[in-house]
Amino acid sequence: MVVTVNYHPTVGLPRIDDQLFIPQPARIVNIEQLTPLEKVFTVELPNGQSLGHKPGQFVEVSVLGIGEAPISVSSSPSRSDSAFELCVRKVGDVTSALHSKKTNDRIGIRGPFGRGFPVDKFRGKDLLFAPGGLGLAPLRSLINQVLDERALFGRVIILYGARNPSELLFKYELKDWQERDDIELHVTVDRGDDHWTGHTGVITTLFSDISIYPRNTVAITVGPPVMYRFVLIELLGKGISEGNIYLSLERRMKCGIGKCGHCQINNIYACQSGPVFSYKEIKGLEEAL
Amino acid sequence: MSLTIIPKQELNNFIGSVLRHYRVAGPVETNGHYVFDMISDPAELKLDYPTTILPPKKYLLPPSETLFHYDLSGNNRVQPDQRAQPTVIFGVHTCDLHAIQLLDVVFSSGHADPSYLNRRSHALIVSIECLAPCDEHSFCKSMGTLTAEEGYDLHFTDLGEAYAVDIGTEAGDNLLAENADASPASPEDIKKLSAVLSEKWPKFSYRLDFDLSDLPSLLSLSMKSPLWSELAKRCLSCAACTNVCPTCFCFDVRDEIELDLKHGQRVRIWDSCQLDMFATVAGGHNFRQSRALRLRHRFMRKGKYILEAHGHLGCVGCGRCARACVVDITPVNVFNELYHQQES
Repeated sequence: MVVTVNYHPTVGLPRIDDQLFIPQPARIVNIEQLTPLEKVFTVELPNGQSLGHKPGQFVEVSVLGIGEAPISVSSSPSRSDSAFELCVRKVGDVTSALHSKKTNDRIGIRGPFGRGFPVDKFRGKDLLFAPGGLGLAPLRSLINQVLDERALFGRVIILYGARNPSELLFKYELKDWQERDDIELHVTVDRGDDHWTGHTGVITTLFSDISIYPRNTVAITVGPPVMYRFVLIELLGKGISEGNIYLSLERRMKCGIGKCGHCQINNIYACQSGPVFSYKEIKGLEEAL
Repeated sequence: MSLTIIPKQELNNFIGSVLRHYRVAGPVETNGHYVFDMISDPAELKLDYPTTILPPKKYLLPPSETLFHYDLSGNNRVQPDQRAQPTVIFGVHTCDLHAIQLLDVVFSSGHADPSYLNRRSHALIVSIECLAPCDEHSFCKSMGTLTAEEGYDLHFTDLGEAYAVDIGTEAGDNLLAENADASPASPEDIKKLSAVLSEKWPKFSYRLDFDLSDLPSLLSLSMKSPLWSELAKRCLSCAACTNVCPTCFCFDVRDEIELDLKHGQRVRIWDSCQLDMFATVAGGHNFRQSRALRLRHRFMRKGKYILEAHGHLGCVGCGRCARACVVDITPVNVFNELYHQQES
């Protein structure tokens, strides 16, 4: 065939692993019900192994007999030597099976997979986090790593939106973040309830109250596809460059290794080149959002 | 490597001998169609077959394949699937050979796929030169797959009374040396081979109205073409096209439980980007909700995306998808129509 070749530069180096499809037997050491739909599972790999993940990476979680699902890691590498956390919404077969598991039950883990957030590039920058809904689960991994190395970063601004107060995740951490004077946390819900005294409105309504220095700001947003379009308008409107806006693209990765095709966005496999991308990288990709 | 000659009457002895050491798959006739199947007798092989319903891909990436077995009753004990059996795939056309070369790149790059590579490393490929077009749907000449210089262990060309056999690899050389009474090609044989190859060329026609090297850029310009919505009006999203494609490699991963409810296996099965659930995520969002987007994705993959990702075109011009499509959506017509839209 006589056509010019363009290899995608971010695909990883070749390596052969006979165990690639075989999950490691991991143990659930703690389960916490966060909301009616979301639980946090603390998981330990065999023999005290560390997962060795970066914020933004995901694992394939197996419930043998049911199947496998990609779940992003919710704990920070700086806090998860021998155990890591997965925040899981009960929405499909595998996640429902996971929700019926008890402490000390076994699940399977493959990974971590994908390209996480380029934390090194964030050093010295002001960070504007904009998680929406379950998007806080993967972003919490990055936020907590930043907080554990707080001196290395500039301002930390978190704009968090959920549909209603009962769907707010990690409420105890939100409280901690609210109390710290080196974090600017703004929380909103689409619809309040009788007890809600905070901000009401979709996440984009939080942007008008904050002022930033766009040249030194990196924005990181994770949420459902519909949210990205509106949040991107706000971020670009604040003068943040396309290369300094990062987001994580959800896809139904069946293999995690760039083969099964389910996460393909044009010529890119989100499980290999992503799930974290800069807006600049995906701007020209049809079907990315 | 070198060129060898096997007289036709010697072929059955060769294959018969190979059958003692390997599983042999090849083209056989069934109910008026041709399929690749395991043979037990050399006489079953129909080496002058036009084309097969499914490509030989199925021996390297089976429609359903067990990744590992597990035992739910004990400690969730997991055992990998058993190793592949040595297999000779006989009579592979050069379009399918090019497709296998793409699959080799896909499954050995990045995270190398142990399951595919296990089967692949146990397979020997004996290809055969096509001397006439298989039917009106193929367009191998346009896709540059009408012949092949590599990718085979042995490559056969029908010289009438005998086969010229090109030895592509050491494994192919050994297969021939151990199982056939072959002789080195004489200058006359080489002359005859040259004549056969020259005669075949004009029998095939170029069916794309533009140069193949323009296909990726043509597709880049065609992202917003109205053709995708027009074709989507008749596309049934039935996935017949992707099921018969020699280069489609997407798969789903599923768990299957035995009736004893104690044992199970994780399998991967062929999947299709044409099915509506393919790009749907857990919350229900579908990134290619419309048939037009799914159809576009398939043609973009064939002529552009796969090339950009893996360095080989995702279409080898075998024509199987055109044959399988019940509403007559064919790559030749789609690519040509996009070209003429850009021209006008």
